[in-house]
Amino acid sequence: MCNLRSANWRKHFMGRLVLFAATLPILAFIYLPIAWLVASSTSSRVELSAVPPHWIPQNPSLQNYVDILFPGDQASSTAKTYKVTLQNSLIVATSVTAISLVAGSLAAYALARIQFRFRRTILIGILATRMIPEVSLVIPLYVLASQIGILNTPTVLIFTYLSFALPFAIWLMAAFFETIPAELEDAARIDGCSRIGTLFKIIMPISAPGLVSTGLFVFLTAWDEFFFALIFTSTIAAKTVPVAIAEFTGRYVVDITGMMTGGVLAALPPVIMALAFQRYIVRGLTAGAVKG
Amino acid sequence: MATLATTVKPMGANARRFNLRRQDTIVGWLLIAPSLIIILGVTLQPVLSTLYLSFFDASTSVNLPRTFIGLDNYTNLLQDPVFWQTIGRTMYFMVTSVGLELIVGIGIAQLIHTRPPGWKFLRISLIIPWAVPTIVNGAMWGWIYNGDYGALNGLLYQLGVINKYIPWLIDPARAMNLVILADIWHTVPFVALIIQAALAGLPAELDEAAAVDGASAWDRFWQIRLPLLRPAILVALIIRSVEAFRVFDIVYVITHGGPAFGTVTISYLTYQETFSYGHLGRGAALSFLVSIFTLGIAFIYIRYVYRPGEGA
Amino acid sequence: MRTLSRFVLAVLVFTLSFGSAAYAANRAAAPVTIHVLTMDQAAMPNDEMDKVAKEFMAANPNVQVEMEYVSYDALHDKFVTAMATNPPPYDVIMVDVIWYEEFVKSGYLADVTDKITPDMRNNVFKTAWNVVTVKDKVYGMPWLVDTKYLYYNQTMLKAAGFDNPPKTWEELITQAKAIKAKGLADYPIDWSWSQAEAAICDFTALVAGNGGQFLDASGKPAFNDAKGVGALQWMVQSLNDGLTNPSSITSVEEDVRGVFSSGKAAFALNWLYMYQKAQFDTKESQITGQVGITTVPVFDAVAKSGVKSASVDGSSGFSVVANSPNKDAAWSFIQYLTSEPTQIKYSDSQTPIWTTSYTGDKLKQLEGVQGGSVIIPIFNEQFQYATVRPRVPYYLEGSKALQLALQQALTKQKTPQQALDDAAATWTKLGSQ
Repeated sequence: MCNLRSANWRKHFMGRLVLFAATLPILAFIYLPIAWLVASSTSSRVELSAVPPHWIPQNPSLQNYVDILFPGDQASSTAKTYKVTLQNSLIVATSVTAISLVAGSLAAYALARIQFRFRRTILIGILATRMIPEVSLVIPLYVLASQIGILNTPTVLIFTYLSFALPFAIWLMAAFFETIPAELEDAARIDGCSRIGTLFKIIMPISAPGLVSTGLFVFLTAWDEFFFALIFTSTIAAKTVPVAIAEFTGRYVVDITGMMTGGVLAALPPVIMALAFQRYIVRGLTAGAVKG
Repeated sequence: MATLATTVKPMGANARRFNLRRQDTIVGWLLIAPSLIIILGVTLQPVLSTLYLSFFDASTSVNLPRTFIGLDNYTNLLQDPVFWQTIGRTMYFMVTSVGLELIVGIGIAQLIHTRPPGWKFLRISLIIPWAVPTIVNGAMWGWIYNGDYGALNGLLYQLGVINKYIPWLIDPARAMNLVILADIWHTVPFVALIIQAALAGLPAELDEAAAVDGASAWDRFWQIRLPLLRPAILVALIIRSVEAFRVFDIVYVITHGGPAFGTVTISYLTYQETFSYGHLGRGAALSFLVSIFTLGIAFIYIRYVYRPGEGA
Repeated sequence: MRTLSRFVLAVLVFTLSFGSAAYAANRAAAPVTIHVLTMDQAAMPNDEMDKVAKEFMAANPNVQVEMEYVSYDALHDKFVTAMATNPPPYDVIMVDVIWYEEFVKSGYLADVTDKITPDMRNNVFKTAWNVVTVKDKVYGMPWLVDTKYLYYNQTMLKAAGFDNPPKTWEELITQAKAIKAKGLADYPIDWSWSQAEAAICDFTALVAGNGGQFLDASGKPAFNDAKGVGALQWMVQSLNDGLTNPSSITSVEEDVRGVFSSGKAAFALNWLYMYQKAQFDTKESQITGQVGITTVPVFDAVAKSGVKSASVDGSSGFSVVANSPNKDAAWSFIQYLTSEPTQIKYSDSQTPIWTTSYTGDKLKQLEGVQGGSVIIPIFNEQFQYATVRPRVPYYLEGSKALQLALQQALTKQKTPQQALDDAAATWTKLGSQ
């Protein structure tokens, strides 16, 4: 009996060990590129051309970060403008998130909870718009934006980002609203609450986690967007971080240290947000997976 | 809106229900209106404009005349070998990257589900590549693949796998596979987290019952969990397929479509036709074809997966 | 809140007034603002361009200049996109030599023929006027005259026993073989042969150096004749022999600068800008003080016929946008930017377009800047051998076809002959449309 238990235990232990060993290559695959990114951002340009590479920089310095955050005369022009592009990205992503959450949750509530004609058609239509590639929208949007004089402003990006952010927010919020038991709402309505009243007094508070995860997803998508930003912006008046990073490699400028430093700085806000709110991300993914 | 809410007056039950119903319709439309206006403005109108343009021989220049040519842009495209090669390449990208993402993603999800030591750390770690912006991801991998100083060369060289540095991106097929690898790094976590969330939602009794019946872990996975995971897998499959089919930014950063056009995808081709060559009409036709394809995927999705409002 | 209200306004306008250009019409208010779209670091660094704009504004208080810098890869596409609107968001644009035909055909650029004074016409390089001239009409002002040079690592050449840089490609191969044999460099030669315009530039220089032509007199492609194929064959051979760095196939000029500046290559072809950075900037270069610059070689047969060098023309101009409401202000800015005093003042990164700058006191001034005593003579020698790439409205598309051909041959998917024949077929088709 005793032997059997220890054999079982050993088998169990070995099993756990194998499973643990299996996580190691995954972790390596995740972290090695990031480590290289960070190491490159703290190296000098000369050190980066070492063969074989210095995995740990011999003279690590935060100079590249200083160059970007407090640019002096020596910094490249892309580095000089980088900080402003971070601000632009922040303004655009925050505004898109706010508008998508407000407009999106109202629409999502109606689509999830209220019976009316064309409801299903609209829902499917909205879902379908998520599938439209940006490249099909870009020329007419460009012409329109130019006619109302908002090209190369954060406004044009806020606007055009809604083409994917809003349908996405509606879709995700509708999935959350549908998980709220109908009885809760019925009870409130019997108590004399109006539709709008129920929405704000009952549904919204319960759906706060849903709002947070929807907001997170929208923010990250807006922060990530490249194509519209590439076409619609040209100066630091509106240029966003992804465009600035792409510009570190031009025909005449390949600033690897700047690009890697910019990369770290661009990745920090979304990564920190995602880590801080990871619970909500998993929840959002669950909602997405359950409801589709 | 406040007035709407206060117009409910006591009446007969039927009338009240009818009134409620009508009121619901009004409230419903009111709630949807802002979103609907925005969406119509920023998607439907541009899509229709693009469709309209696709019937013209049009340049990006407003100074050149536009001639109506019916379906010529479409027939020309469909007869152009470059178009089909690009479609083939894009399909290769989509099938390979989504396929690998699903296999690896399900594997990782399953691994986390067995809760090995450190599984929480692994799950948190997965969030990082997913949150790293695509452009940063592309720039990072482009630098890793660098033929003269890149980390991939350095690593393989020091491990003794290669005896001199290899310019990885000079071979079209290899360049495509390396772009796929970079894409996988970014997107596997998405798939893994979706599947893991779905796994966590499965009733534990199912597994326990099967374990009592003596089914092996492998059988339990294939015969019990996988079928139950089907909806989650389908969601991941479709979302990722749509995204992969219109891939642009990661190609733009890592290879700029080269070498020898070996990594030009359909979105990249559309971008090039429209903005580099100025063939507005042809570009519009191309982007419309891309839309049709992605909407095809969307249709499958709506038809087989999405069930709005049926139970909660 | 302001953003929000602006946004709401925008939504209204957006959905209701599609097709109305009324808004844009009010944009032009006094004082005049001109928008300049230019390239991120073509020659003069951006901060110098900003300084020029400031000087201009100080002299012309009624004109406000807004500079926009875009990387070369994005510049053409960004401009073409911008031109989908009327009035255009830009008044002034930097135009690369290869874009003039296309932009003029599309009607993007204003005809400024009658603004060119005899003084300008006579004192600016003739080849520079060719850059901005289409069908005998002038569509801009030359701004940059540039060509590729042969750079070499003096230390390496000496170590391999060579006192002088090569004069012919055959000689260059001999030297490269010796350098490789001595282990001084794994791959002695580095090029910008990625799938980009950069590859066409190198190819153009090689074809010309082989006595070949891009297009024949009637405008038909000639790059697939024996000379052109020979040049490409030579490129492939130098890869096969391990003399050319294989990562050249993914390199543009900046990658070449990186490889050369880190002391990994003995020879490299690049524009003038590399000299300052590789020779003097210790932050950017590990071979400061060892950089040699000379004229681009030719092949033996051509050298025997008396031609000393063959390179490629990489000049550009500044033009006024045709539909700009502020054409006069735009032109006066261009005049200031390209004037002789401005060009001499900022000559450390680019050589002036004015022939008059290369004599007397002005020459002394030019030679006085860092590296000037090397740059100016070599520029004078090289520029006369700069080959201009074909000037056709479909250049960009034709160039892409040729880039593909080069890459297919270099990656050995096709033979040089087959690849170039295919590109020639595409080129002919484009010409007949």
